[in-house]
This record gives sequence, C-alpha cells and structure tokens, in this order.
Amino acid sequence: MAYVDAITQGILLGGLYALFAAGLSLIFGVMRLVNIAHGDFIVLGAYIALVTVQTTGLHPFLSLIVVVPLMAGLGYAIQRWLLNRTLGPNLLPPILVTFGLAVVIENSLLMLFSTDNRRLAVGAIETASLSLGPISVGWLPVSTFLVAVALIAGLELLFYRTAMGRAFRATSDDSEIARAMGVNTRHVHSIAMAISFSVIAIAGVLLAARSNFDPFSGPARLIFGFEAVIIGGLGSLWGTLAGGIVLGVAQALGAQISPQMQFLAGHLVFFLILAVRPRGLFPRMD
Amino acid sequence: MSTPILSVRGLNAGYGDFQALFGIDLDLPEGGLLGLVGANGAGKSTLFKAILGLLPRGRDMVTFRGQPIGHLRTEAMLRLGIALVPEGRRLFRSLSVEENLKLAAESGRRGEWTVTRVFDLFPALREKRHAASTALSGGQQQMVAIGRALVSNPSVILFDEISLGLAPIIVNDVYAAMPAILGSGISAIVVEQDVERIRRMADRLVCLNEGRVVLSGPTGDFTKAQITHAYFGE
Repeated sequence: MAYVDAITQGILLGGLYALFAAGLSLIFGVMRLVNIAHGDFIVLGAYIALVTVQTTGLHPFLSLIVVVPLMAGLGYAIQRWLLNRTLGPNLLPPILVTFGLAVVIENSLLMLFSTDNRRLAVGAIETASLSLGPISVGWLPVSTFLVAVALIAGLELLFYRTAMGRAFRATSDDSEIARAMGVNTRHVHSIAMAISFSVIAIAGVLLAARSNFDPFSGPARLIFGFEAVIIGGLGSLWGTLAGGIVLGVAQALGAQISPQMQFLAGHLVFFLILAVRPRGLFPRMD
Repeated sequence: MSTPILSVRGLNAGYGDFQALFGIDLDLPEGGLLGLVGANGAGKSTLFKAILGLLPRGRDMVTFRGQPIGHLRTEAMLRLGIALVPEGRRLFRSLSVEENLKLAAESGRRGEWTVTRVFDLFPALREKRHAASTALSGGQQQMVAIGRALVSNPSVILFDEISLGLAPIIVNDVYAAMPAILGSGISAIVVEQDVERIRRMADRLVCLNEGRVVLSGPTGDFTKAQITHAYFGE
C-alpha cells in the first residue's frame, strides 16, 4: 500500500513539475530558446507573490491577479528588447544571456530578501486532505495537478485552434517565410514569452504554497522542468505533463526506498529514457 | 511605360561580407509579367530576398507604386501587397493545408482571393485541406504555396523557381492557373529555368549573371540565342 500511496503522490507532484516544464517547452517550441533563467523566474514570481501578499493582504492565490500580469509584462519586455536581439542560427547567445539573467536574479533576490527561507501561507487547504480508500491525498497537490491539466489544455487550444497558435507554429517551422507571410515574428516571440511567464507566475505561487523557497531555489526547478520536457518529448505540451508525472513518480518511489534516493531516482529515470528514447516519449519536433 | 508597380534601382545586396548583387535595375509594369532568368547562383533568389527586406537594402533602392519601401520590414510587405512563392515551396510543416492558407489570409489584405477561391482554382487541394502539408505531392505543395500568396490578395507576386523539382505534366498544371492569377490584376515576377516557356509568357525579361543584369527589356526584343548567351555569360 505504501507504494500505491507513493505513486499517487508522485503523480500529483508531476503536476507541479509539468507547470515548471510547460513554459520551458513553449519557449523552446516557438523559438528554439533554452531559458536557463526559467527556474529563477519561477522563484522571482514566488517573491513577487510574497511581497504582494505582505503589502496588500490578499490571499496568496488571489495575488495571481497581480503576479500574472506583472510577470507576463516582464516576459514580453525581456523578449522584445533583450532576447530577440540574440536569436539567430547560433543557439549559444540566448543561452548565455539567460544564464546572465539567472545570476542577476539570484543575487538581486539575495540582496533584497537575504538567504532566509520563505513560504506562502495559504490557510486550511495546506493540510486539508481527501480520502481515496486506504490512501489520502492533499487538496493542495490535487489542486496543483488540476491547474496543470487545465493550463496545458488551454495552451493546446491556443496552439492548435487559434490564429495566434498558427503564427506560433509557423514561426517555429520557418521564421524567415513566416515574416514573408506577414507574421511579425518579434512580436510573436514576445507574446510566447509573456505566456510562458504567466505559466511561470502560476508555478511560482504554487511552489511557494507547497514548499520553502530562497533566492537560490531556481536552478533545481529548472532541472526538474528541463527533465520533464525531455522525458515528455520536445514540443509536446501533453508530453510535459507525462514527463512531469514520470519524474514525480520516480522521485516518490525513490524516496520510498530511501530519502536520499528521491532526486537521484528521478535523474536516473531521466537518463534511462534519454538512452532508450532520445527524443522523449511523445516528441512533436526534431 | 506608365509608372511601374515595382521598381528596383541600383540595388546592392549580399550575405555579410559577400556581395551577391551589384547595382540591379528592373521595372515591373502594372499588370505585367516579368521573367527573371539566370543560372544557379546568378542572384535571382537573393534579389527576391532583398526586395522583401530579408536582406538589408537601401531605402530608395526598392519602390512600390513610386514610393520608397526599402526601409520597411519584411512583415510589412504582405500587407503592402507583395507576396512570395518561395523556392522549394517552404510550406509550414506543422500546419495543415488549410492552416497554411489561413495564416497568409489573416496577415494579408482583404479581397477577392479567399481560401475557398483557392480551392476552386486548385480542386485537388480541397479534399486535402486537413492534411499535413508534408503529406502532399510536390505539385500539390506548389499549389498551396501559390494559394498562400493569393489569399493575401497581393498586387505583386514573386514566384521563385516555380517549376523546380516538378514533373513536366505537373508544371503544366501549375502554369494553367497563371491566366486566372494575372487576370485578377496581379503583376508577377517569375523565376523560371525554362527559357522557352518564359519567353512565351513574359512581357519583359531580365537576365542575371553573377549578380549583375546582363539583359533587360521587352521579351520580343530578344532572340532565344541572345537570351542563352546572356544566361551562360558567353
């Protein structure tokens, strides 16, 4: 029964990892950009939520009304006036710039908030649980998972049922011809980054509600998100959910064997899938 | 000749330090068809890229209806009325046939050419409308590429290597659509390797060789031998 419980908790944890991964996958899918600062932006979102809650008294989940538009605007601005200048046939410049952004964010947060651990208190939902026969699951992990499913479904609709989604995919396929077809690819890239940052904001608030965070919590979130993207398959949004679940279950089962095995088990499964299916479980792009 | 719809004057363009075009001049008359010929590497595709702003060019080097457009970005060209049928079709592979057309329709101008009218012009595409563009034959892909330009309701279409890689019978099918296209008031520059075919169709002819115009004027002014000499730089 302990393993059934571990698998269940792992699946729910996968929802949080899918949220870490979805924004990363979206950005790579549209413009082949690997955002090394992705995890640090998640933590930045958590701190913005913390400050919003402390200054306005809003419930942490209601702080999303402030955090999501703020982060979306930041994402648009960073892409439009910084990262767009680095995009080209060479993949290295944007990686180096986002690495620099990661360093700036971590040290700025350190200066403003010190290394103290922080957490968002979300009230009774933190400890509320739901009985499923012999096991019980927390409402917060269940809610996180449902948010991840809803967000990915929404992103899928955006990508495959709207004019903006067509512009995203066309830009990803052939940026030069997309421009000749009237698509403002700089704007499209910036909108994609704004959407990615909106997902980042939600992931940041849910991370802060579920666990402690500090200015240096970002890189680990980047690795979990990156692993979920690779496991799920590049360019596949539903794949990121599958990747997140595989990673979450692997970690939960690893922790069942030994607490020290938790993260190692996740990394081992990641390497195993990379060896057997280098393009991930549900790849959508080369 | 009345004011050309599209003019190029003294156009220099290239890739980084490599200059590919040297002082190109050409005029496309309103409603006309200009044939652009030249061997591989002569600079035909580079000329189209420079007209569209995919390569840097001077403000006054390209004019549209007498107005300089060399300072405009590529994405503004379609709304202005200049569309491209690129070499090798270059359809968006993750978009279906219909989505490829819709994308250009949404970005371009409103007018008589709609997705439905493109399906009327190329009936083979109607039943494949939901198919991935990669699942089509070469000829059908070229039809989508032409349709993608048409649904933006352009005034000018730049056709780059319209028959490249297609079987002769398919090329005939593709060219069969040309009267309907030109009949709707569209002017065109057509890059074509088949000199005899372009001589029959074009009002004017420009031949490039190593990035320079080596022959230019009304098609009737040139014999096939003259064009061939210019083509091969003899």
